[in-house]
Amino acid sequence: MIEIRSVRKEYISKKNRVIGVDNVSLTIQKGEVYGIVGYSGAGKSSLLRCLNLLERPTGGNIIIDGIDLTTLSSKELRKQRQKIGMIFQHFSLVSSKTVFENVAFALKAAHQSKAAIRSRVLELLEIVGLSDKKDAYPAQLSGGQKQRVGIARALANDPTVLLCDEATSALDPTTTKAILQLLKKISRELGITIVLITHEMEVVKELCHRVAVMQDGRVIEEGSVYEIFSQPKKELTKQFISSVLDFELPTHLVEESKGTIIKIQFEGQTAGESILSDTLQSHSVKGNILHGKIEYIQDIPFGILIIELIGEAEQIHSALEYIKSRSSSVEVLKHVTD
Amino acid sequence: MSLIESIVNILPDLNKAFIETIYMVGISLAIALLIGLPLGVLLFTTTRNLFFENSVVNRSLGFAVNIVRSIPFIILLVALLPLTNLLTGSTIGPKAASVSLSVSAIPFFARIVESALREIDKGVIEAAIAVGATPWMIIKDVLLPEARPGIIQGLTLTTISLIGYSAMAGTIGGGGIGDLAIRYGYYRYDNTVMITTIVVLICLVQIIQMVGDKVSYLVNKR
Repeated sequence: MIEIRSVRKEYISKKNRVIGVDNVSLTIQKGEVYGIVGYSGAGKSSLLRCLNLLERPTGGNIIIDGIDLTTLSSKELRKQRQKIGMIFQHFSLVSSKTVFENVAFALKAAHQSKAAIRSRVLELLEIVGLSDKKDAYPAQLSGGQKQRVGIARALANDPTVLLCDEATSALDPTTTKAILQLLKKISRELGITIVLITHEMEVVKELCHRVAVMQDGRVIEEGSVYEIFSQPKKELTKQFISSVLDFELPTHLVEESKGTIIKIQFEGQTAGESILSDTLQSHSVKGNILHGKIEYIQDIPFGILIIELIGEAEQIHSALEYIKSRSSSVEVLKHVTD
Repeated sequence: MSLIESIVNILPDLNKAFIETIYMVGISLAIALLIGLPLGVLLFTTTRNLFFENSVVNRSLGFAVNIVRSIPFIILLVALLPLTNLLTGSTIGPKAASVSLSVSAIPFFARIVESALREIDKGVIEAAIAVGATPWMIIKDVLLPEARPGIIQGLTLTTISLIGYSAMAGTIGGGGIGDLAIRYGYYRYDNTVMITTIVVLICLVQIIQMVGDKVSYLVNKR
């Protein structure tokens, strides 16, 4: 379990004082995949780097598995850091070392014997699917392969926590998917707590259980990924969500439409299709689907449908009432008043 | 006297001078490596945001290095004569010349090492800190291997500079090829010796540069 208690990080230079992290408190449960999103400069990277004290917080405490890292001596801190793996946006591999040596370095830091290092490295390379590349140098690998080496290195000492600093931001979409799958597998099979920062909501949707949204060094919204996606409260959160669930209708379509346009949001077990078909059966209105999408967030369906209802005003009104009774959120985008 | 004859005549002298040059350059290079390398590492690791961050140490070392580097070698050579006498019991000969050559090579090489270390991606150092490695491990297993191509280029550069400086040391009795060129070529107007020694020096520098480039290329895995 990770407890972040009133953490502040200030950067002081001769000219000015910049607040990177402004009094953030979060609790991340064991085994959870926790996402921190925000635009660049929001302080998410500073916060993540505070978790293993790559940056020492100006104030507050970082407590991981009951140990307050901010109070440790440098020797004790090194020992704790072995239990906190970290992967980086630009992989940060030692270019003069082979894949094997890069992973072995982490084990050497934990004073493992040569024989133990050898068997553990081979095992780790097997997990990340790079057994055949053990003697290659980083320059000979693709981005995805480099990140796999980074993951193997991070997992070397059986960490309880894995920190991911924009781990997929430098990768193409296909490779990103593969790396996310690998992280998912690691979370599921090894039960490691994963904290990741990203500006891609897609990553959060794919991987995280809970998410915090950061702006100007503060956490402005926090909750389960499903909650955040289905009921975002802050404007910034809505912006992030819209990158995944974008429902802009072409304006000419709205203008030319003769009916009432509504947007229905449905969550969980309330399947959208059945609401629609029930409505059309019980009311004498016609319905056209203009736009729609169903996302599966943490395997729970979450969908949005944009429908044009055509019919007599009275019928449309009662159809709307019926839909409202069955859906959590109905928004009328265009009303026909004739 | 034919050209061949006069070259043959100076061969023993040339041979002795060549060995002397190798001797003093070799000693100074070894000392530069032995002291300059750790000094360069210290200059780098005491900078801001690095694990030995210490502005007092960093500034004092930097200041000392700059002082030595700002003194023209020929003046350093004379100024260090008492120290040379103390260390080697003499102020002439290649062994004596090695003292001032070393003193000038140490800060030169240290700065080269420092700048080679600066080229390393900061993220790589952070990743090493994040796995809980000790500073010593990071220096040995990350910093030095990553800077190896630059350090080898720096050694090549230092060697070539030392050969040049060794000629200056020759003028106050240090021996070596430079000394030979000045004694015969400059003082006695013996063009054969002058040209022969220049040709030998050109070959020596070319070979050193070639070997240095090759080795640096081989260890570069980037």
